[in-house]
Amino acid sequence: MEVIKDGEIAINEWQHVADDEALPEGKATLSLKRWREEKDGLTGRGTPLGLRLTAADIVEEIVEVLRQFDLIVLDMTQFTDGRVFSQARLLRERFGFTGELRVRGDFIQDQMFFLSRVGVNAFEFPEGTDLENMRRALGEFSVAYQAATDVRDPLYRRRS
Amino acid sequence: MYQYDDYDQTLVNERAAQFRDQTRRFLAGQLTEDQFRPLRLMNGLYIQRHAPMLRIAIPYGLLSSRQMRMLAHIARKYDKGYGHFTTRQNLQFNWPKLEEVPDILDDLASVQMHAIQTSGNCIRNTTSDHLAGVAADELEDPRPYCEIIRQWSTLHPEFAFLPRKFKIAVSGSVRDRAATQVHDIGLQLVKNERGEIGFEVLVGGGLGRTPIIGVVIRPFLEKQHLLSYLEAILRVYNRFGRRDNKFKARIKILVKDTGKEKFTGMVETEWAKIRDGLALDEAEIDRVRAFFAPPAYEDLPTGDAELDRRKLDDAQFATWFRHNTVDHKIPGYRAVFLSLKAHGAPPGDLAASQMDAVAELADRYSFGEIRVTHTQNLILADVRQSELYALWQALTGLNLATPNIGTAGDIIACPGLDYCALANATSIPIANGIQRIFDDLDYLYDLGDIRINISGCMNGCGHHTVGHIGILGVDKKGEEWYQITLGGSSSNEASLGERLGPSVAKHQVAPVIEQIFHAYRELRLEDEAFLETVRRIGIQPFQERVYGSH
Repeated sequence: MEVIKDGEIAINEWQHVADDEALPEGKATLSLKRWREEKDGLTGRGTPLGLRLTAADIVEEIVEVLRQFDLIVLDMTQFTDGRVFSQARLLRERFGFTGELRVRGDFIQDQMFFLSRVGVNAFEFPEGTDLENMRRALGEFSVAYQAATDVRDPLYRRRS
Repeated sequence: MYQYDDYDQTLVNERAAQFRDQTRRFLAGQLTEDQFRPLRLMNGLYIQRHAPMLRIAIPYGLLSSRQMRMLAHIARKYDKGYGHFTTRQNLQFNWPKLEEVPDILDDLASVQMHAIQTSGNCIRNTTSDHLAGVAADELEDPRPYCEIIRQWSTLHPEFAFLPRKFKIAVSGSVRDRAATQVHDIGLQLVKNERGEIGFEVLVGGGLGRTPIIGVVIRPFLEKQHLLSYLEAILRVYNRFGRRDNKFKARIKILVKDTGKEKFTGMVETEWAKIRDGLALDEAEIDRVRAFFAPPAYEDLPTGDAELDRRKLDDAQFATWFRHNTVDHKIPGYRAVFLSLKAHGAPPGDLAASQMDAVAELADRYSFGEIRVTHTQNLILADVRQSELYALWQALTGLNLATPNIGTAGDIIACPGLDYCALANATSIPIANGIQRIFDDLDYLYDLGDIRINISGCMNGCGHHTVGHIGILGVDKKGEEWYQITLGGSSSNEASLGERLGPSVAKHQVAPVIEQIFHAYRELRLEDEAFLETVRRIGIQPFQERVYGSH
């Protein structure tokens, strides 16, 4: 399976492991609930670990442990739930998360430009999606007024 | 007024192109109904009773004559030759075809207009005082701040999918004509004890199903912090506003449930973390302010002998002058209201031919600009008093000079059941039925300032809860009935109307309103306006009159 990462089509190296599923050898993501239950046994595990958040999770609660994750997945269960956009911005701008920030689940291509502006750098689609087509959605706008995660200055500072 | 540069133009062009593709994907079955809904709403497009309805943004109610001509063109080409001005200073077309909406957006973009965020769960068009820049009681022109907020809120990447819609209003005058107390955020320009001008910030007001007056969460905000403070409020709302029940999703419910103190604390904590990074540059305020610099006014004498003579000679002109024009801060000028409340016509509607004619009059008499009011009328804001008579004659010929501004004939009404899919009852026939009471204009003037607001359902687009007399259409076993409230106001001492009693049948509305007028005329003190009488004596005397004393 492939994802869009940093604007390019890339191989997905991660497995999303369910709460009742055995942990595989390679790169794996866990839900916040499972990670909390098993975290003591997971430190020192050689392979990288990813964390899956739901829109209801409060990012302030994981600030201390962010560095343990190479990937944070924002699991969208409803594309109209805009909390994810604030989660992404806080993770990047306030808490300095520098790993991969990926969205997955119920989002639509028309949100990709907004998501990329709040710090999301990877997009995971259902199997069979035309990724080349999706990739173009990232470039739908060449102008943005606001300062956000991608551009730290508002547009007005660039006006001549 | 604000003029787009290449950046602004590129953005609206790209937005129109994006919507063209979204519409194509929807019609091709690549976007589901549920996926397309928020996308079309954020471009102002509703699916309505007869056809889609397209709501076009008129930022803070300001239009150029060129833009007005384009609206006329759109009304003719894509609609049935007219448009409807709303209580939030926007314009709605009620008959566009879905597949033609992308073409309409292209036409709008060609005159620096758009329909971005005129609906949907996002930050809507920022509204303001329709007399901004010309009112004598103004501390500072609020429009530059409205434009700064417009740009900040347009396609804001974090706040495009809020729990519910979000409306901001800015007022710069002593008298609040922008209804700031019934907006999600109300910003009132104020002066602090050091003589600096900043914003008083209100949050959590709103109409609709649960009408609430906003609360002040910051008495004074320095201008440089405008956007950081808004961003802090929006972030708290986006994260913690309810999403489980759309009727409890507005920020007013979050403020109410959290409590003002705690909510304020959450905003201030968030703000402390972002305020320095998002400070607004003084140079940007100056840049935007320059677009709203006063036009080239002439030095004119305060009085005008010709005007005085006309008023003496022509009683109809004098009446119009008294009711439909207001003072201007510059001597020799007046602001002129164009009444879109001709008796018997749908309140707020304007035909394409009238739009073209109004554009022409704006060019000739008022520096080519037109304003839209919250009361669904238009204003030519900068008319020389020596030209008032000629303008009045022209407006009379266009049926735009009904001398009823601010009176009970100047009824505010949503489109109602005649157009709107949400409505339970009609609004326009009710308005016209009440207007028929005033065949005698002297009777209308004797009643003085009365604001009547009609909504066809509890969503309250006609702002019935803040009408001095509010009329709300309800469905009773498939029939249209109406609830009447008294004592509402969206002005400085904002208040919500109190229910008079059981709802009344459609044919009883006008007779009941007439009884309320009779009661007022009997019970008022000398020179006491209707709202003052209601506030002084309460609604009981009116209840007795309408329902009897049993």
